Amino acid sequence: MTSAAYAQSKTGTEVPGGAAKAPFPPFNQDTFGSQLFWLVICFVVLYVLLSRWALPRLASIFAARQGRVEGDLEAAKRLTAESEAAIEAYEKALADARAKAQAIAGETRAEFSAKSDETKRRLEAELAAKLSEAERQIETTKKSAMANVRGIAADAAGEIVKRLIGEAPTKQSLERAVDTALH
Amino acid sequence: MAADPIHQFEIKKIATLGEIGGVEIAFTNSAAFMIAAVIFTAGGLVLATAGRSLVPGRVQSVAEITYEFVADMVRSATGDEGMRKFFPLVFSLFSFILVLNMFGMIPGLFTVTSHIVITAVLALLVFFTVIGVGLYKHGFRFFRLFVPSGIPIVIMPLIVAIEVMSFLSRPISHSVRLFANMLAGHITLKVFASFIVMLGGLGAVGWAGAILPLGLTTALIALEFLVAFLQAYVFAILTCIYLNDALHPGH
Repeated sequence: MTSAAYAQSKTGTEVPGGAAKAPFPPFNQDTFGSQLFWLVICFVVLYVLLSRWALPRLASIFAARQGRVEGDLEAAKRLTAESEAAIEAYEKALADARAKAQAIAGETRAEFSAKSDETKRRLEAELAAKLSEAERQIETTKKSAMANVRGIAADAAGEIVKRLIGEAPTKQSLERAVDTALH
Repeated sequence: MAADPIHQFEIKKIATLGEIGGVEIAFTNSAAFMIAAVIFTAGGLVLATAGRSLVPGRVQSVAEITYEFVADMVRSATGDEGMRKFFPLVFSLFSFILVLNMFGMIPGLFTVTSHIVITAVLALLVFFTVIGVGLYKHGFRFFRLFVPSGIPIVIMPLIVAIEVMSFLSRPISHSVRLFANMLAGHITLKVFASFIVMLGGLGAVGWAGAILPLGLTTALIALEFLVAFLQAYVFAILTCIYLNDALHPGH
C-alpha cells in the first residue's frame, strides 16, 4: 500500500473524487495514532535499556577507572614517602659515620700527640741528664788537667831554673812561683 | 513524484496492526526507523562497552565521550541532584533525537523528527515531568516559579501572567524548533538538489548552470549535519534548563 493510498483512504470521505490532494504529511492526523503508538513503545524501551543497562555499565567503567587512578596515585604517594624515608635514613647514617670517623680521628690524634709529648719530654730529660754529666766530666777533667798542668809547670820551671843558674830551686819557692803565675 | 520536496515526509504504511479506540495503528516506515534508532543506540552503547576496557578503544571512546558530554550538560544545568534523577531521561532524549536526525541525513531514509507529533510528545514528556517532579518535590511552593522575587507588588500580576504564559508556551517552542528545523532543512536540500537534476536535463548549458546548486547542496548538507546535531543538543539543554525549574523553582 503506497503513501498516496494511505492519504486517500482517509481523506477520500472529505474530498470527493480520485484527485484528492494528500494533506501535508506532518499534519496528516491519520498517521498520528501509529506514530504515537510506536513512539511511546520505542522511547520507553530505549529509556529502560539505557537507564538499566547501558548507562550503569558506562558509569561502572568510569568508576573503575577513577578507582584505579586513585589507587595508583595512592601507591605512588606511598612509594615516594618510602623513598624519602630511605634517603633520610641513609643521610642520617652517613652523618653518623662521618661524626664517628671524626671522633676516632680526634681521639687518635690526641693519643698520638700525648705519646709524642711524653717521648719528647723523656728524651729531653735524658739529654739534659747526659749534658750535665758531660759538663761535670769536663769540669773534672779540666780540674785534673789543671793539676797536671801545675805539676808539669813546676817541673818545667825547676828544670829551666836549674839550667839557667845551675842550681835547683827549692820546692817551696817553686810552687809559690807557679801558683803566682797561674793565678 | 520524486522531485516533490514533500514526498520524503510521507508516512508509508507497511502493515496495519489494528485499531485502538477507532484509531488505526499501523507499522510504518516511521516506526521502523524508531525501532532502528532504539536498537542502534542501546545496542551500540552496550556493544561499545562490552570490553569494559580501562583504556578505551575507538568505539568505547565514542560511547564515553557521549556519556560525558550529556553528563556535563545535565550537571552544569541541574546540579548533582538533577544528575541523579534526570540523567537517563536527558540521555535517552538526546541520543534518540540525535540518532533519528542522523538517520534522516542518509539519502533516501526517513526523518522521524520531521513530524510535529513526535517532537510534541517528547516536549510534553519534559513539560509534564517538570510539573510532576516540581509539585511532588516542592508542593504548592512550586508555583513560586511564576513569582520572581524583587518585583514591585504593583506590576506583580502582569509579571505572573507573563511567567505563566511563557511556561505554558515552552512545549510549543520546544517541539516546533526541532520539527521545523528538520522539516525546513530537508525541504531546502531537496529543492536545491532537484535544481541540479532539472538543469542537468537542459544539455551543456544546463550542466554548467547546475554547478551552482550543486555547490549549494553540498554546503547545505554540511549545514544540515550541523543542524541535526545542534537541534538534538538544543532539545537536550532546554530539557535540562526546564528540569532545573522543577528542582529549584525559586528564581
